[in-house]
Amino acid sequence: MQKKVFQLLVDNTSGVLSRISGLFSRRGYNIESITAGVTADPRYTRITIVASGDDEILDQIEKQVGKLIDVRDIRELEPEDSVFRELALIKVKAGAADRPGIIAVANVFRANIIDVGSENLIIELTGSQSKIEAFLKLLDGYEILELARTGVAGLCRGVDKVVFIDE
Amino acid sequence: MNGAQAMVKCLENEGVEMIFGYPGVAICPFYDSILDSDIRTILIRTEQNAAHAASGLARVTGKVGVCAVTSGPGATNLITGIATAFADSIPLVCITGQVNSELIGSDSFQEADITGAAESFVKYSYLVKNADDIPRIFKEAFHIANTGRKGPVLIDVPIDVQNAAVKKFKYPETVNLRTYKPTVKGHAVQIKKVMAELEKAKRPVICAGGGVLLADAQGKLREFAHKYQVPVVTTMMGIGAMQSEDELNFGMVGNHGAPCANRAMNEADMVIMVGARVADRSVNQPEIITKNKVLVHMDVDPAEIGKNAGPTIPLVGDAEHIFEDMMQIEVDCDHALWLQTLYEYRQTMTEKRVPNPDFIDPADFIRKLTDKMERDAVYTADVGQNQIWSCRNCIVRDGRFLTSGGMGTMGYSIPAAMGAKLAKPDTQVVAVCGDGSFQMSMMELATMRQYSVPVKIVVMANRYLGMVREYQHSTYNGRYSVVDLSGSPDLSKLAEAYGVRFIRISERDQVDNAIEEFLRGDESVLLECIIDPMDVSK
Repeated sequence: MQKKVFQLLVDNTSGVLSRISGLFSRRGYNIESITAGVTADPRYTRITIVASGDDEILDQIEKQVGKLIDVRDIRELEPEDSVFRELALIKVKAGAADRPGIIAVANVFRANIIDVGSENLIIELTGSQSKIEAFLKLLDGYEILELARTGVAGLCRGVDKVVFIDE
Repeated sequence: MNGAQAMVKCLENEGVEMIFGYPGVAICPFYDSILDSDIRTILIRTEQNAAHAASGLARVTGKVGVCAVTSGPGATNLITGIATAFADSIPLVCITGQVNSELIGSDSFQEADITGAAESFVKYSYLVKNADDIPRIFKEAFHIANTGRKGPVLIDVPIDVQNAAVKKFKYPETVNLRTYKPTVKGHAVQIKKVMAELEKAKRPVICAGGGVLLADAQGKLREFAHKYQVPVVTTMMGIGAMQSEDELNFGMVGNHGAPCANRAMNEADMVIMVGARVADRSVNQPEIITKNKVLVHMDVDPAEIGKNAGPTIPLVGDAEHIFEDMMQIEVDCDHALWLQTLYEYRQTMTEKRVPNPDFIDPADFIRKLTDKMERDAVYTADVGQNQIWSCRNCIVRDGRFLTSGGMGTMGYSIPAAMGAKLAKPDTQVVAVCGDGSFQMSMMELATMRQYSVPVKIVVMANRYLGMVREYQHSTYNGRYSVVDLSGSPDLSKLAEAYGVRFIRISERDQVDNAIEEFLRGDESVLLECIIDPMDVSK
């Protein structure tokens, strides 16, 4: 079982996300995360998909997704040649006694405290998946009330592989 | 001009001569507009058969088959037909009416999310939101349906869009789908590699699938096989790609295939799969065609290559172009010894059927029937035991063999035969089904009568869902569950009710005369063959 990150450029149509997620579910492909957002050109949406499977499955994912008519480009984001980020929002129970400890850990990870309540904190953390995993592990001793993660977004480095769509 | 008139105009621009369908309120503006057009409308008796009939038309003409039905249940009834076409890569444009745009999502009367429901069975689908988009969408839909790997495209049109004014109708001359550019021509380097391997191969075999027929490459395949003396086997969808009586044709592969065809695949040192998916029924152990062999996989759909078996040489392109380019390369090959072996297999590995002498033998009947049919006749086979008897015994010369191979949809043969006959009125068209599959489509006898469609129908009657009975016999020790068809109607009365000539035979010595009478004249005949309820498919 391997993991691959695919970067897609798709038409910004109402059905496009369901077409892609439907393809994954009906062919039984594993999808670990999917993020989507409109690009600088509002006609297109950029999607980052983290998928897992063996080589044949990952090859099929690339071909089957590439076959969808709304999909303009699909390519693998190779780790050595790309940057990845994920954002996590973490609501932690934080009474007066716990608060300094949590803030100290957050500072080490350069996380931001974006909301403070009498009983809780909301922490914002951006980074690689492994950084977020490591941070969550350090919060083990505290009570996490709610957690929201965006999934991985990524781009390749440099300008060589940028896809231009001129119509 | 309104949206509905624009839709009709688009169909005229695409050269559509006939559509199959079933109206309802949500598609009424379209059916009103089509009255002002020369396009012929065929009222089918259930929506599923509209797609099957369009499929029959598409397969014999190479053009896109078109059907148009209403929203809600009309659209959902169509799904099995769409899925059947999708599984066999048949080009269709399916138009569905939809409720008023403002009501979409409110669970209104006869509302169904058909683009969502059909998503996994279409090559592409559109929900039209603006009447001005109609020309572009139709142009794209016909292009997508009939290029690359062909398939059904769905266009869902809300009734208010059909009634809305179209500012200016201009049918586009070209499509602008920048990323949809199917590869048609095979890569020259890969083609050279294939020919180099062919030169080295001692025991090559070509396995031809439905893609050969979809590319209309039968002629090129036959020319190639003869030029380089390469034996050919086919999948079920590939039947007819080679003439049945061609000495290089060794028959159908797979679970239900000819023993010599499977043996040829097993013993080959080079397998050239062309326009075939390597699906479970034809190649149930993909390693057989990859282990110790050179596997060449040619397909217009790159996603098919490597899906079920990893090829030595992948080759993306259209069968017609690839064979043409391959024949430009002269290679020295002599497969006389290999062919000699295969001829021996064909002689010795014969059918082991032990038919019951008290009944008509369906295998023998089909051989005799197809031998007497016109050279360019169209034969449609349904699903069940009758399909296997058809595949193994039918003789195809210059005509076509049509069946639902991928989806295995019962009831396909009669509507598909109707579509083929309407498209090619001068061609002899025969549908062969069982008494189960006949009853799934027998309402179409009315359509045949209404539009004078002289399709000839054979019903292999055994009062059982024979294929399932056979399976329950072998797998469940003869505990038959829900396979008894004893409530079936008296077909002679049914034929009379629909004004169709009727013949029933139950004795072997009646076969020759019955076939002659059945094929006589260009008129509908219903021929019932009483076969052994315990007969098996091989």
